[in-house]
Amino acid sequence: MLGFLARRLLYLVPVLIAVSLLTFLIAALLPGDLAYTILGDQATPEKVAALRHDMGLDQPIWWRYLSWLGQVLQGDLGRSFRTGQTVLQAVTERLPVSLELMVMAELIGLVIGVPIAIACAVRSGGAFDRFMTGSAFGMLSVPTFLSAILLIYLFAVELRWLPATGYVPFGEDPAANLRFLVLPALTLALAEWPGIMRVLRSDMIATLQEDYIALAKAKGLKASRILFVHALKPSSLTLVTITGINIGRLIGGALIVETIFALPGIGRLLISAIFTRDLIILQGVVLLVAAGFVIMNFVVDLLYAVLDPRIRHGHA
Amino acid sequence: MATLELGIEGDVVGSPVRRTRRLGPLFWAAIVWMVAVVAAAAFADLLPLPSPTDMDMLERRAPASALHWLGTDGLGRDELARLIHGARVSLIVGVCAPVIGITIGGALGILAGYFRGRFETLVVGSMDVLLAFPPLVFALAVTAYLGQSILNLTCVLGVLGIPAFMRVARAATLSLARREFVIAAQALGATHARILLRELLPNVILPLFAFFLLGVAVTIVVEGALSFLGLGVPPPTASWGGMIGEGRESLEIAPRLAFLPAFAMFLTVLSFNLVGDTLRALTDPRQGAL
Amino acid sequence: MTGPALLSVEDVSVNLPTPRGNLRAVDRVDLNVGAGRTLGIVGESGCGKTMLSRAILQLLPKKAMLSGRVMFDGQDLARLAPERLRKLRGRSLAVVFQDPMTSLNPVLTIGTQLIETLQEHLELDGQAAKIRSVELLAAVGIPAPEQRLKQYPHQLSGGMRQRVAIAIALSCEPKLLIADEPTTALDVTIQAQILDLLAREQRRRHMAMIIITHDLGVVAGRTDEVAVMYAGRVVERAPTPELFKNMHMPYTEALLAAIPKIDAKPHTPLPAISGRPPDPTRPLRGCSFMPRCRYAWAQCHIEKPRLEPAESPDHQYACFRPINTAAGVPA
Repeated sequence: MLGFLARRLLYLVPVLIAVSLLTFLIAALLPGDLAYTILGDQATPEKVAALRHDMGLDQPIWWRYLSWLGQVLQGDLGRSFRTGQTVLQAVTERLPVSLELMVMAELIGLVIGVPIAIACAVRSGGAFDRFMTGSAFGMLSVPTFLSAILLIYLFAVELRWLPATGYVPFGEDPAANLRFLVLPALTLALAEWPGIMRVLRSDMIATLQEDYIALAKAKGLKASRILFVHALKPSSLTLVTITGINIGRLIGGALIVETIFALPGIGRLLISAIFTRDLIILQGVVLLVAAGFVIMNFVVDLLYAVLDPRIRHGHA
Repeated sequence: MATLELGIEGDVVGSPVRRTRRLGPLFWAAIVWMVAVVAAAAFADLLPLPSPTDMDMLERRAPASALHWLGTDGLGRDELARLIHGARVSLIVGVCAPVIGITIGGALGILAGYFRGRFETLVVGSMDVLLAFPPLVFALAVTAYLGQSILNLTCVLGVLGIPAFMRVARAATLSLARREFVIAAQALGATHARILLRELLPNVILPLFAFFLLGVAVTIVVEGALSFLGLGVPPPTASWGGMIGEGRESLEIAPRLAFLPAFAMFLTVLSFNLVGDTLRALTDPRQGAL
Repeated sequence: MTGPALLSVEDVSVNLPTPRGNLRAVDRVDLNVGAGRTLGIVGESGCGKTMLSRAILQLLPKKAMLSGRVMFDGQDLARLAPERLRKLRGRSLAVVFQDPMTSLNPVLTIGTQLIETLQEHLELDGQAAKIRSVELLAAVGIPAPEQRLKQYPHQLSGGMRQRVAIAIALSCEPKLLIADEPTTALDVTIQAQILDLLAREQRRRHMAMIIITHDLGVVAGRTDEVAVMYAGRVVERAPTPELFKNMHMPYTEALLAAIPKIDAKPHTPLPAISGRPPDPTRPLRGCSFMPRCRYAWAQCHIEKPRLEPAESPDHQYACFRPINTAAGVPA
């Protein structure tokens, strides 16, 4: 076990270094002069040269990378020249919004997907099952922004039940906060539930064929108990694992949704950094997101290895 | 948001219902739609339609009429023409980008799966690095700086697709490279190149092609998302994503401006997904179909 | 047989539609078990004995079609309302499956699986159910029963797991226990212990029992009556001592001969039954055993023999050329 851990860690470090290098290169090699952009309309050739020297932009690229990396490892990811905030400040300000959105989206996805999966598994092959499986497949072909438009049209324009854009922090007004997050979270959830439903359904169908379910029936237990205690538990392993992965993957989808619904999250931070050419923020946030993704994948891999032998041992 | 790394691992236990239906009516309907869209896009210029970029400020958001079969959009441009030209853009990017992915990714995958060892670790590792970046962010960053054009978009999306194709090719190769016909060829003294080209490639190409179709679907979606945000295909070129984005502003007055291209995109993505998924179920070597 | 039958299987057939044709897994079987009596059902794999047990328990696969009546304690189980059937199961009618590794839920503790049955049928509260569970585990010979409640099935040995399964089955004092190949998945050394346990509990609780097995040796001395099944039908039926003394079916004789004998000389070849069990989707016109029977003659090819009584009405067999050998005398 320890050997496995050490090997995975050894693999993790070069990946993280490569990620940081790629992030740096994207920002550094792109055309456009950072110093020029910062000075804006106050730019004169002398000022630009002076600022470039101050910022170390005239140094060779490998030097710049290493000094940036050094700063990063000390916790200094840089400071936005536009807002004056450090990258870390900007991120910590917006991370809760994105996290709340992603968690809500996954939860709604589970609330939709799990009951449907169970209902399908119980009457697998029946009309409901075929309909829902087809719908899940069709749902996977609906892009996120499409669902967003549909939901906005339905709930904000026609029915006027929910607002289309805006945000209020949870601390200020929980009810309003949730009202603003429902549509965006639902949009993401619509893309999540098919995957959840498929995984749980196929695991449950397999479980329901097992002998211990037949015995549970032969014992005269209530159907609800057989379903939720005897069948659901052994079927949820895959689901639990991918839920963790999904929440991380949602960062990509959150980007679009935050933009459409005007939520002040990490996604919008990135997009505005791109538009305003705020390279420092761009570099820092991309690094954090990418590194976070890699680390999260690593943790999930580990988790699976931990859970797996016990289950394998149990099924002998 | 669909990313370019489609989960192959999760789906081997597919729906038993769909497997037995094989090439049912839905499959053929999808093929028909695909052919129709491709034909319309290819012959767009030959069709008797107004130009998609001609603006008519007096006829903005006009309903369907004899001149404009599906009405006009927010700037008075013919909706049907824009739909068909938008199909062209979506298809060009949607098909060409995965071509990059399948050629480079497929090659890397076959080589990695065949030669194993450090080369494989290097390839898999670099793909992991690429996959660490949320694809949308990557695409945005690159196109925002390199400039928006169909070419740039295609290249970026193509590169982003390489890891997924690499994985599929490698998985297929791994399961095939241990089979008897490969060992037999090696015993007969065949060179690596010969084995790769004559034995492995023909067998790996089938699941790769199925995945290619799925890649087209995903690419259309990503391109659509970027154009929707205004960061994909530059105006005034018509693209479905861009049309949906523009139509968003007219949701109260003329919702069809958003929903017509949305529907077209949905049907196209669904068709590619359906055909690709069916082919994948039929050709996956891990399921012993060969 | 004393008194009215507790369980009466009347003209039961089970049909399974398969892609290769209609499979007649159970073909017009009649059986009965009286209260406190033990019936052994013996046959090769594929003879329909497991399907029959599932038919009795009403646990057939969705596509299976059951015809006939399964009278238990005066009620036809096949036509009983689901809720009433559920109340009977586990309470009056219990089952022990073949492989305790797959019949016990791997993610639930032994305690949970015991207590839930008690709570469901006897409506005991948590504490009482726990005490009773410990008593049950002790009664089936499991050491340190309190600790076991918190353990998972994979933490016990095969024999122990089967004892737990038996404890679960006995927990609500059933009137009838069906044991489907209870020892097949266990080591030979454990088999006798488990069978003795079953027999002991059966006597103590005056419970009716059905033991299903492929091994004639298992039913010898442990059952009151034996039914031999082949290709979905009962081909011979007799009180146990009578069967062994005076068997009439060539198949029964072959089964007996296939049991290894402790007093046989070393390296004596085991007389296996040649051929294979018939394809249930293609039933023969004549007797199903005919291709493998060494006594078969013309009539066996054309007609299916019916169950006819022998010297006493308790002993029935289905054969045109019965034999009259006693066990132990080679034919």
